[in-house]
Amino acid sequence: MAAQRYRSLKAVNPSLNAVAETRAEIRWNVHADRHQTRMRSAPSSDAFTLRRRPPQEKLIDIGFRQLTLLLAASVGIVLIGIFLTVFSGAKEAMATFGLKFLTTSAWDPVNEQYGALIAIYGTLVTAVLSLLIAVPIGLGTAIFITEDLLPRRLREVIGLLVELLAAIPSVVLGLWAIFVMEPAIRPFLSLLHRTLGWTPFFATAPQGPGTAPAILILVVMVLPIITAISRDALNQVPIELRQGAYGVGTTRWGAIFNVILPAAVSSIMGGVMLSLGRAMGETMAVTMIIGNSLNFSVSLLAPGNTIASMLANQFGEADGIQVSALMYAAVVLMILTFVVNVMAQWIVRRLSLRY
Amino acid sequence: MSFLTPPTTSAFGERLTLHYDPGLKRNRFNQIANAIAAFFAALAVVPLFLVLIYVLIQGGRLISLQLLTQLPPAPGLTGGGIGNAILGTIIVTLIAAMIAIPVGVGGGVYLSEYARNGWFSRFVRFGNDVLAGVPSIICGVFVYSLIVATRIFFDQSYSAMAGGIALSVLMLPTVIKTTYEGLLLVPQEMRMGAYGVGASRFVTITRIALPAAFTPIATGVVLGIARAAGETAPLIFTALFSPFWPDGVFHPIATMSVLIFNFAIMPYEAQNELAWAASFVLVIMILGANLLARWISHATRS
Repeated sequence: MAAQRYRSLKAVNPSLNAVAETRAEIRWNVHADRHQTRMRSAPSSDAFTLRRRPPQEKLIDIGFRQLTLLLAASVGIVLIGIFLTVFSGAKEAMATFGLKFLTTSAWDPVNEQYGALIAIYGTLVTAVLSLLIAVPIGLGTAIFITEDLLPRRLREVIGLLVELLAAIPSVVLGLWAIFVMEPAIRPFLSLLHRTLGWTPFFATAPQGPGTAPAILILVVMVLPIITAISRDALNQVPIELRQGAYGVGTTRWGAIFNVILPAAVSSIMGGVMLSLGRAMGETMAVTMIIGNSLNFSVSLLAPGNTIASMLANQFGEADGIQVSALMYAAVVLMILTFVVNVMAQWIVRRLSLRY
Repeated sequence: MSFLTPPTTSAFGERLTLHYDPGLKRNRFNQIANAIAAFFAALAVVPLFLVLIYVLIQGGRLISLQLLTQLPPAPGLTGGGIGNAILGTIIVTLIAAMIAIPVGVGGGVYLSEYARNGWFSRFVRFGNDVLAGVPSIICGVFVYSLIVATRIFFDQSYSAMAGGIALSVLMLPTVIKTTYEGLLLVPQEMRMGAYGVGASRFVTITRIALPAAFTPIATGVVLGIARAAGETAPLIFTALFSPFWPDGVFHPIATMSVLIFNFAIMPYEAQNELAWAASFVLVIMILGANLLARWISHATRS
């Protein structure tokens, strides 16, 4: 502010020369810097607060600081621990099967031949297809409960219900999928098979557990996440953008499609990526309904497998190189979710519109 | 007549009236889009109702004192209850909370009160996001290799302790994040005031900052506990299962979530019914915790 005042002074009196200006600028900057450092370091440097304290208090203060440092570091330790454990467990299988593990579909504990293609394929297909269904529904719901189509109260109730859906444990959804959803949708799946049976994706007759019910239960599981994140993203779009859009005469959906969605797209995409990671790592509901098949099938109506459900089913009873092969599959799953999660953060940071 | 109702278009086809015309293309498009959004919202709420109705009806009709206090029957037999699983879920979740809350609150305090924006705090925050994204089954694999396979606790393999530790790994990111964000909301002036009257750093944080941030932290912790109580994947090969009453924390223990998983895929009617009953108890507990968290954040705000 002083610099500004100085500048306006200079405008009045042009005889002040450039040197004086620079000096004043420097003085201001140094002052501001010192001021700022003191303001900032007052709460964060212990030299200030610990001066003239009894040694006992100093000890408590420093000890508490070190303790919280250690606790914060525990996140890193646990994370590195997870990576090291799973990698070291997978080493044997990595040496034995190499990259062929990713492209072969044999899973034969008797002859000790292992390939994770079925599980990797199943993980990707279930996660991607469930998101293809869940994203439009979730986004539509989010728009519906952020726009003023309904009274605020009613919208809040819908938002609360969708969030409560996220709280239902996946094992309960799995139970529901086995006994209620799967029998209920089987006629529709049979219809799909009869009408579209000539495509490889619906080539087999539905017979209970399968990839298609697993995809549907995944939709139920990721829907609340997508809705909640999209809703937050839409709520954070500045009101001025909306007013500007209405001001130039657009309609509600004109504003949504041309102004509001583009402004919120980075957070929404980030949320979609996070849900993709969640869908790939989801274990219980999928394990209970996907059928855990060891035979490869492109058909969505046939039983399938995912990495997570393979781990859930076999890890407890496995021994020898099967444990290592399962760890190898776990490494693949970890890398997949890691890449997706990092991409989610990257998208949020890079795609943010500056408005 | 023509000056009473103005013409809707000029000689050049431009619209002259400001009256809403539902026949317009853009207005028809709006109507359709509204309907689609409403349909999607209905579609999103329907599964919740269906799941809740089935859990409440199928599970609720079985609830009795006997069910809540007895042991599950042997396969093929009927009767019995899920008493040991209810107790087990409470024990394992308590162990997880007792580990994750101190560690998570401490980590959150470090991030918001001490950390400058250096590589370490950036690494911890990034690591926290990554840890939150690690699939829960991987947490189970990690704890299995670390604790169960090495028999680190008194030569016991599967144990309630291992299950609790696996769940605490899942809870940790939530607790750190909510503590960190809760403390960021505490106005800097409150800390300044505390320093001004001579409080030390430790006193300022524990007596001023943390109590001021109690509401968001408590909300996050309750939600974290609720999520952990429903988790199954990290427990199936750490806490395992047991048809008996809990026998100390260093032995395998029954939990409701694993009971649902095990009994749902059994071919016996009685076991399937117990799975529904356990779902009922679990869902009531978790929805109760969620509503409690919501109530905490509302009650203290107003």
